[in-house]
Amino acid sequence: MTEMATLPSLAPLTVELLLAVGAMVLLMFGVFTGERSAPTITGIAVALLAVAVLMLAVMDNNGLTFDGAFIMDPFARFMKILTLIGSGVAIAMSVGYARAEKFERFEYPILIVLATLGMLMMISANDMISLYLGLELQSLALYVVAAIHRDSVRSTEAGLKYFVLGALASGILLYGISLVYGFTGQTGYDAIVAALAEGRSTGLVIGLVFVLAGLAFKISAVPFHMWTPDVYEGAPTPVTAFFAAAPKLAAMALIIRVVIGAFEPVTADWQQVIAFVAIASMVLGAFAAIGQTNIKRLMAYSSIGHMGFALVGLAAGSKVGIQGVMVYLVIYLAMTLGAFACILAMRRHDQMVEDIDALAGLSRTQPLVAFCLAAILFSLAGIPPLAGFFAKYYVFLAAIEKGLYVLAVIGVIASVVGAFYYLRIVKIMYFDEPDGEFDPMPMELSAVLGISGVFVIGFLVFAAPIIAAAGAAAASLF
Amino acid sequence: MDALLQSYLAIIVFLAIALVIGLGLLVAPFIVAYKAPDVEKLSAYECGFNAFDDARMKFDVRFYLVAILFIIFDLEVAFLFPWAVAAKSLGWFGFWSMMIFLAVLTIGFVYEWKKGALEWD
Repeated sequence: MTEMATLPSLAPLTVELLLAVGAMVLLMFGVFTGERSAPTITGIAVALLAVAVLMLAVMDNNGLTFDGAFIMDPFARFMKILTLIGSGVAIAMSVGYARAEKFERFEYPILIVLATLGMLMMISANDMISLYLGLELQSLALYVVAAIHRDSVRSTEAGLKYFVLGALASGILLYGISLVYGFTGQTGYDAIVAALAEGRSTGLVIGLVFVLAGLAFKISAVPFHMWTPDVYEGAPTPVTAFFAAAPKLAAMALIIRVVIGAFEPVTADWQQVIAFVAIASMVLGAFAAIGQTNIKRLMAYSSIGHMGFALVGLAAGSKVGIQGVMVYLVIYLAMTLGAFACILAMRRHDQMVEDIDALAGLSRTQPLVAFCLAAILFSLAGIPPLAGFFAKYYVFLAAIEKGLYVLAVIGVIASVVGAFYYLRIVKIMYFDEPDGEFDPMPMELSAVLGISGVFVIGFLVFAAPIIAAAGAAAASLF
Repeated sequence: MDALLQSYLAIIVFLAIALVIGLGLLVAPFIVAYKAPDVEKLSAYECGFNAFDDARMKFDVRFYLVAILFIIFDLEVAFLFPWAVAAKSLGWFGFWSMMIFLAVLTIGFVYEWKKGALEWD
């Protein structure tokens, strides 16, 4: 117990401390100044996340702390920067919507900062206990955010649904963790690897499956995806944009670190589970989206499919595979935020419209917006030379290198089927008769859409440094 | 690893005994007890007067809020007891961990107070 008496090094979690203190100061500021301070707090929250990104980019604070429960390495740095960007942009995109729909609450940006803090903890978790704490901090904030528009029945329903199913998933995860602890006697990832060196028991495999099931819920992978379409449709649109971006990245980083860091000796066991989940997600994402008429539901199925594609890289279990997943997530983030910038701008006479048919003739009323959205949709479908093609290229390449031909072939087929519904939206925008104009697009949304469009179209220009950074980050896991 | 699992043996034994006693007491009356039901015996119990309402009525959601706020601070105290007992061996790390925990809780408390969650009307 003498080593506990010394205080742990806090350097590796500087950014987390900044966000934690920042969120609490903002909460006190907000509650003492009242609702009118909501725009100020939103601004400060975005600035806080931007400062966190800068700190991660320039600081050199790699290391283990809290008896190895918290790790800061190049992989964590890469994923944290992505997650923070996702959260920051999601808060910025909510400003116009919150004002128009009159649900400006100062708690909203603070809850997102707290959820982001949980995500950073998840990405850095190197112990089952810190994994669970990070995940719960994130999830509890997300449940509230889903129901933030509490006068709306659908938002409340989305929040409740998400809460009940999320609590169930957390229970499954926790049960899995307890089984893993029971059969290895350890919670730390490194210690679990050491305990597995002399072979594994059946009980551990059951625990592993439970852990993966709980985590699959968090990235909405099939067969734990049922909540996604309902929650995405019911939650206020900026919240949906947030859900589709940052939490997915953090949960994916968490899964990568758990399976590579803690269950590396039983790769053959988790590989089957991940491969099945990947195939099921890709296929369901492709087929179920075809019949959708609501664009938010469509994006929900699209995100299920994309998580499936990203998992293909993880199923390979190699350094190239992880690098592929990370590149995929960068591109997924850019495409998702761009698509949601468009969805948030779908307003007519101060009312949100969510019907896909409302996009008819967008190429004539707002040609530039239609062009950017078309580029993003082509990219989501995976058509070269846009970013989405390279995302899929790297994960399939890793799968083929490892001999997972079935996975790669099913992935390509699912990608072709999925292209149908993306292209249908492009057809509606370019070839159907317009039935009215949208309200002019707010500045922050056009900025996000523009940046996303440029990134997607000119990915070849930015590709080299991103792929190199992802490679270096992935190497730090092995 | 087996030693770890064996250390939980006492809990298994306890659970088994608890299950047997609990189920036994639940099932035994159905088998051995003398039964002569009539209308008065089967009606809802009220002290001294006839039951006039269903027990499952709507109640104010504010009770729920009070209950949940109570649980938070109740758990805080439950957490403080073992900490206080072990404070000496936990050292400064244990001390500051608890101080930070209490500070975070205090911020939550200030928030709910200012929001008016503690006022009934």
